[in-house]
Amino acid sequence: MTERQPYVSSDEVLAVDGISVWLSGREILHDVRFSLRRGQFAGLIGSNGAGKTTLLRVILGLTAPTAGDVRIGGEPRARRSGGVGYVPQKIQLDPDMPLRARDLVGLGLDGHRFGIPLPSRSRRRLVEEMLRAVGAEKFGDARVGNLSGGEQQRVLIAHALISGPKLLLLDEPLANLDIRSEQEVVSLLARIAKEQQVAVLLSAHEINPLLPVMDRVVYLAAGRAASGTASEVVRTEVLSELYGHHVDVIRVHDRLLVVAGRADEPGAPVSHDDAAPVARAW
Amino acid sequence: MFSGFMVNTWTVATIVAVVAGVVGFFVVLRGSAFVADALPTGAFAGAAGASLIGVNTLVGLGVFSLAGALGIGWLGRRGRHDVATALTLVLMLGLGALFLSFSVEYAPEIYSLLFGEVLGISVNEVAPVAALGAVCVVAIMVMFRPLMLASVMPELGEARGVRSYRIEMYFLVVIALATSMALPVVGALLIFSLMIGPPAAARSVTDDPYLAMALSVVIAMGTVWAAIAASYASNWPVGFFVGMIGAFCYGAGRGWAAWRRTRVGHGATSTALAR
Repeated sequence: MTERQPYVSSDEVLAVDGISVWLSGREILHDVRFSLRRGQFAGLIGSNGAGKTTLLRVILGLTAPTAGDVRIGGEPRARRSGGVGYVPQKIQLDPDMPLRARDLVGLGLDGHRFGIPLPSRSRRRLVEEMLRAVGAEKFGDARVGNLSGGEQQRVLIAHALISGPKLLLLDEPLANLDIRSEQEVVSLLARIAKEQQVAVLLSAHEINPLLPVMDRVVYLAAGRAASGTASEVVRTEVLSELYGHHVDVIRVHDRLLVVAGRADEPGAPVSHDDAAPVARAW
Repeated sequence: MFSGFMVNTWTVATIVAVVAGVVGFFVVLRGSAFVADALPTGAFAGAAGASLIGVNTLVGLGVFSLAGALGIGWLGRRGRHDVATALTLVLMLGLGALFLSFSVEYAPEIYSLLFGEVLGISVNEVAPVAALGAVCVVAIMVMFRPLMLASVMPELGEARGVRSYRIEMYFLVVIALATSMALPVVGALLIFSLMIGPPAAARSVTDDPYLAMALSVVIAMGTVWAAIAASYASNWPVGFFVGMIGAFCYGAGRGWAAWRRTRVGHGATSTALAR
C-alpha cells in the first residue's frame, strides 16, 4: 500500500502475522495481520464481539493463537514476558481501597516483584515524572477509587508507561468517558506516542474521536481485519468486503459514518477521493 | 493481670493481632471476608474430628483449613467465589456436626474452639503460634506487590505476568495457616472478627496502603489488649469484647471518613480534589 518508506526492522515494534484464534469451537480471529512502528498511533476499530479484546490478549501473550505469531520489537512473543504496557477495559477501582494514584503508578514499575518496595529517591522521582507526563500530578496523593473516569484513565496510562515499554495497548479507554475527557485522553496518547516514541494501539467502537490523530487503522469485523491508513481502510469497497455485505462509508462534517446498506440500491456512493482528506486531516 | 500464665496470654494475643492485622488487610482489600469467615468456622469441624479420634487438634485444624482453602480456590476457579466458599463451608460443617454427635464430652472443648481460651494459654503454645505467625507475615511481605496488583485489578497483574489464580491460591493458603495458628488460642469467631474490623477501620482513615496495613496491626493489637483486660476484669468472654471493639473500630473509621469528606468537601486537599 502506501508506506512512505520500506520497513526498517529496528523501527518495527509490533508485527501481527496471520493470527487466527479459535475459542470453544468458534473462530474469533481469522488471519489477522498488521504491523506498527515506533511512535505510531493506531486505532483498533470494531463493534462488540468483533474480537478486539481477544486480539489484544494475544498480543499481550495471555491468549495463545491457534495459528500465526506475534513479534514484539522483532522478537517472537514469549508468554507472559511483560514489556508491553496495558490498560484494561472497564476500569472500576474500589473507592474503599487505600491506594493513592502514585502507589498505583509505582506498581507499574515493580508490581510483579517480590517483597515490599524500599523507599528510594529515584523511584519516587520516576513516579513523579510519570504523573506529570499524563497530567496527573495534581491528584497524585488522592485515592484512585475516588477519581473520575478520565483521571483513573490517566493514572492507568502512567502505570502502563512507567516501565518504559515500546508498545502500549489500551482496551476501550474511551468507553464511559464524557466528550471532554475523551478528547483529553486521545490527545494525551497522541502526544505520548510522538514524544516517547511508543507505538499506541487503542481499541474503540467509534473511529471518529481518533481520526485527527490516528496514523493507522486496524478495522475488525467478524474476526477479520483490514489495516492501513484511515483513507485506505475506511472505504466502501474495503469495509463491504470485510463485513461480507454491502456497507456505505459516508462522510459528514469530517466524520465518517459506516452504514449498512443494500448493494442493489444506489445509496449514497462515496468516492475514494472523498474519504482521503479526512484521514489526512491531522 | 500481667503475672504468671497471663504473660503467655499477652504474648500470644499480640502475635495473633499482628497476623490478623497483616493478613486481614488483604482479606478486606480483596473482598474475601466470607472466606475468612468460612475457613476458621469450617476448620473448627476438623478440630472436633481430631479430638474425637484422639489426634492433636492442631492437626485437624491444619488439615481442614488447608483442604477448605484449596477447595474454595479450585471450585471458585470457574464459578462464583461466594458459592464455592459456601459449599466448602457447608461440607465442613456437615462433617463437624457428625463428629460432634459421636463425641461424648464435647461441650467445654467445643466452646473454647469457637470462642477461644485466651485466658488459659500454656507456655508450650507460644512457640508454635509464633512460628506459624512469622510464616504468615513473611508470606504476605514476600508477595506484597503482586498480591496488591492482583487485588487492585487482576488484569493489570496478568499483563505484568502475575497469574491471578496462583496468587489467589497462595493467599487462601496463608489465610488457612493464620486460621490454624490462631483458632485454638482465640477461637474460630474471634480470629475472623480481628481480620475484618481493624483493617476495615484502617482503610477509612488513610489512603496510604503501607500506613493502612501498619494501622490495621495497631488497631488489632489495641483491640485484643483492651478485650483481654476487660475480660479479666469482668469475667465476661474475650470473644464478646473483641467482637464489640472490632465493630466499634469499624464504625468509628466510617464516621471519621464521612467527617473528613465533609470537611475537605470544598477544600483543596486530599480526596476531594479528585472530583
